[in-house]
Amino acid sequence: MGVDETKSTALQLKPGDLLSGRYEVQEVVGVGGMGYVYRARDTNFKAIRLVAVKEMIAQVTDPLVRNNIAQIFEREANILATLRHPAIPRIYDYFTQGERSYLVMELVNGRDLDQLISETKEFFTEAQVMGWAIELCDVLSYIHSYEPEPIVFRDMKPSNVMINNQGHIILVDFGIAKVFQSGKKNTMIGTQGYSPPDQYRGEATPKVDIYALGATMHHLLTLRDPRLEAPFSFGERPIREINPEISEATIAVIDRALQYDPDDRFADAEEMKQALMAAAQKTGKLDITTVLTSSVVTSTKGLKPLWTFEVEDEIRGTPLIHDGKVYIGSYDNNLYALNAATGEFDWKYATEGGIPGRPAFYDNNIFVGSEDNRLYAISTRSGKMSWSHFTDGPVRSSPRIAEGHVFIGSDDGFLHAVNLTNGRLSWRAEAGTPVRSTPYVTDEFVYFGAEDGLFHCVSFRGDVKWTHKAKRAITSSPVVGGDAVYFGSMDGTIYAMDANTGWAIWRFRLGKGSISSPCLVDDYLYTGSTDNYIYCIDTRSSREVWRYETDHQVTSSPVIYKDAIYCGSVDGNLYCLEAKKGGLRWKFPTQGAVTGTPVIYDDVVYFGSTDKNVYALLA
Amino acid sequence: MANIFQSIRDFFSRIFSSSPSPNGLNNEATTAPLSQTQIEDIDKQSLKSQPPQLIAGSGRHVGRQRDNNEDALFSHTATIAVDSNDVPFGLYIVADGMGGHRNGEIASENAVRAMSSYVLGKLVEPLFGPNPGHPEESLQEIMHDGVIHAHQVIMENAPGGGSTLTAALVMGNQMTVAHVGDSRAYAVYFDGRMQVLTRDHSLVKRLEELGQITSDEAAVHPQKSMLYRALGQGEPSEPDVFNASLPQPGYLLICSDGLWGLVSDDAMFDIITAAPSPHKACQQLVDAANAAGGQDNIAVTLVRMSN
Repeated sequence: MGVDETKSTALQLKPGDLLSGRYEVQEVVGVGGMGYVYRARDTNFKAIRLVAVKEMIAQVTDPLVRNNIAQIFEREANILATLRHPAIPRIYDYFTQGERSYLVMELVNGRDLDQLISETKEFFTEAQVMGWAIELCDVLSYIHSYEPEPIVFRDMKPSNVMINNQGHIILVDFGIAKVFQSGKKNTMIGTQGYSPPDQYRGEATPKVDIYALGATMHHLLTLRDPRLEAPFSFGERPIREINPEISEATIAVIDRALQYDPDDRFADAEEMKQALMAAAQKTGKLDITTVLTSSVVTSTKGLKPLWTFEVEDEIRGTPLIHDGKVYIGSYDNNLYALNAATGEFDWKYATEGGIPGRPAFYDNNIFVGSEDNRLYAISTRSGKMSWSHFTDGPVRSSPRIAEGHVFIGSDDGFLHAVNLTNGRLSWRAEAGTPVRSTPYVTDEFVYFGAEDGLFHCVSFRGDVKWTHKAKRAITSSPVVGGDAVYFGSMDGTIYAMDANTGWAIWRFRLGKGSISSPCLVDDYLYTGSTDNYIYCIDTRSSREVWRYETDHQVTSSPVIYKDAIYCGSVDGNLYCLEAKKGGLRWKFPTQGAVTGTPVIYDDVVYFGSTDKNVYALLA
Repeated sequence: MANIFQSIRDFFSRIFSSSPSPNGLNNEATTAPLSQTQIEDIDKQSLKSQPPQLIAGSGRHVGRQRDNNEDALFSHTATIAVDSNDVPFGLYIVADGMGGHRNGEIASENAVRAMSSYVLGKLVEPLFGPNPGHPEESLQEIMHDGVIHAHQVIMENAPGGGSTLTAALVMGNQMTVAHVGDSRAYAVYFDGRMQVLTRDHSLVKRLEELGQITSDEAAVHPQKSMLYRALGQGEPSEPDVFNASLPQPGYLLICSDGLWGLVSDDAMFDIITAAPSPHKACQQLVDAANAAGGQDNIAVTLVRMSN
């Protein structure tokens, strides 16, 4: 590197330190050339907003070098601030405190390619590398065509490419990217092994990035680190000799990018992308859609919870996130209110029974059912009870709020419609057996299942509109989408019913019964089953799109966030799967069963486990 | 049943006693019968109707270059307006037969008869019987089994013959479609979208899907009517069965390749949206296919919800 590296171990910020009166440091997530990179929380937002804060410490005495560092910092800030591309982190803020300058930017949850290379035991697949390379071409095209002058990244290498948790590439460390000024000779900046000869002559044209991308692909496909080899010696390490799986078409693209003479390389990144796409199509085995959505499995050791909070008994329910707080019930009978950012205890409310469900919020109250037969309304301000409603059996259903009422089932065999403000019963619909499913309320009807297998559609006055009989209990909570209502049953079937008429549109057979509540996104339905699988079903054709096997029953309900599915399993893991293909992104182990539904808010996943802990993880 | 007749009477009485239209056409309508123009005018105005009901039209023609008509169609629309539920209901089928001698005609006729009798047989009791309810099977299962049944009937009655089958069962706001071959179902929306709901089971379409040929090449490919799935051909063909929302506002269009192979989507859209009624639109679609050469038999059915 052409810039002095500064050791700054003694000056590392500690968790809790507040920068610029606003950014609360959580932990070190990386080391840059001139300081640390921290994950911090932007306390200006009540909701949790996590950011990356990159530090540059001018810890040198030579005023020339110090000046150089400060200039590099400002340049990075100014260039980055004007860039808008999904593969470039957004910049939010920058400021200087004494000798330290800070750049506040979008936090990328993921890992860099250098880390992935050092951890992998086998070669990356050709499709995987092609997918990354195509995305890198896209972002290079973007910066190379930047106005008024092209930006040359100048330091393309695995450690500057992050793969986020959605499997997409993010180009990081623009510290030495420089606005290209044609004709001028620039000082040498780059990394030996990845940089082309022309860069050593001080020329920084977009073609240096093309070479470095070729070098990066070579490294990924052969796992031979070019920094440990003689410069420009890729020709002596033919890819095929090291990794015979790689197609000729792909190798031809890389060879062209690695040409010694810049004129012999691709004219621009777009041309290289087209060549990659053509190679991908030619080899046939590369489905472009796979290429573009391919992802990495993050090993579990890389996943550290943001915080955990231990309660006194099992957690089987689902949290509610509202206004910077996590509300979750436990079998220790308490409803807990925790600070969502830190996991700090705020208050708890003791009921007289276990809390199996998910709380709901409305107008300064949290509503939750308890096995002590009651539905509670608890003030979010004081943590004190506003009212409670008695049923004649344990309440295992979760409250649903609509039309001035709380709708909730009880083991007393009724669905209760309770007035939101005073807790008085407005009406109840009789099911005759326990109602543990959580009702779904549309603007016309209330839908719920019962333990005798009867599914009910009732009007807001409690009149029966239609019913449908499954062979066994319906504990699963229904979801309505379009013209259909979907729910699972312990008879091993997922039902799609016309929400208006009660006609069965289709039935989907699972391996075993289900109490998981389906999650509907666009035309796809996701659900778990006691046959250990998480399923994705096409709601139009009722065909299975994919299924993923866990090591035990899936009684948790899947949720989707961005392009991933999150779901717990009795095997103790929380799983993150690609929504489209069902591939594993990562899993996080707990010491108990994960039976509740995870909740994701602002890129943080919250869930409980029967190991008595509440977890907050980066999604 | 009395309720149904009552509702039909109500429907007609409402139409004939509708308030004068802005253009004054109805002012003279004190004596029956009304002219076709007057009926069409009323049809266009009666967009809001209670109960909601399906309005369907059909067209079928031998074309200009064939001697026999191997296309068959079926259209059945019902309105049930009773205390518990208003369920607009309809079954619409297009089948395009193939095979030497008269086998093509026999195959498509059998396809339509077998499918319609199977599906209606399953639904008549729950829909129209004295104790209305829901059938044991789901709608997708009934449609799927209907196609398998039709396949078996063709195997028996028209050996060597084969047929496409595209059927839509409309129930309320949604429809269950079963499909084998290269007849098509479209969702036509007034905002200009014309969406093909079905996937042609033709070799040429498959080549196009695989990126081996372009859609322009496909349009003129000599084997463009060669199917890789059809009823009555060897092993039972697994139909594509799926559900979709009935386009509202818009139309469901089902037609054979004698229409979609000759008339562009844009031209079909223009005819459908400009026509005063579904049945008029179908006649005009047939005319357009014949004007374009009429190389093949033409069958088309067009359905919309009244409001």
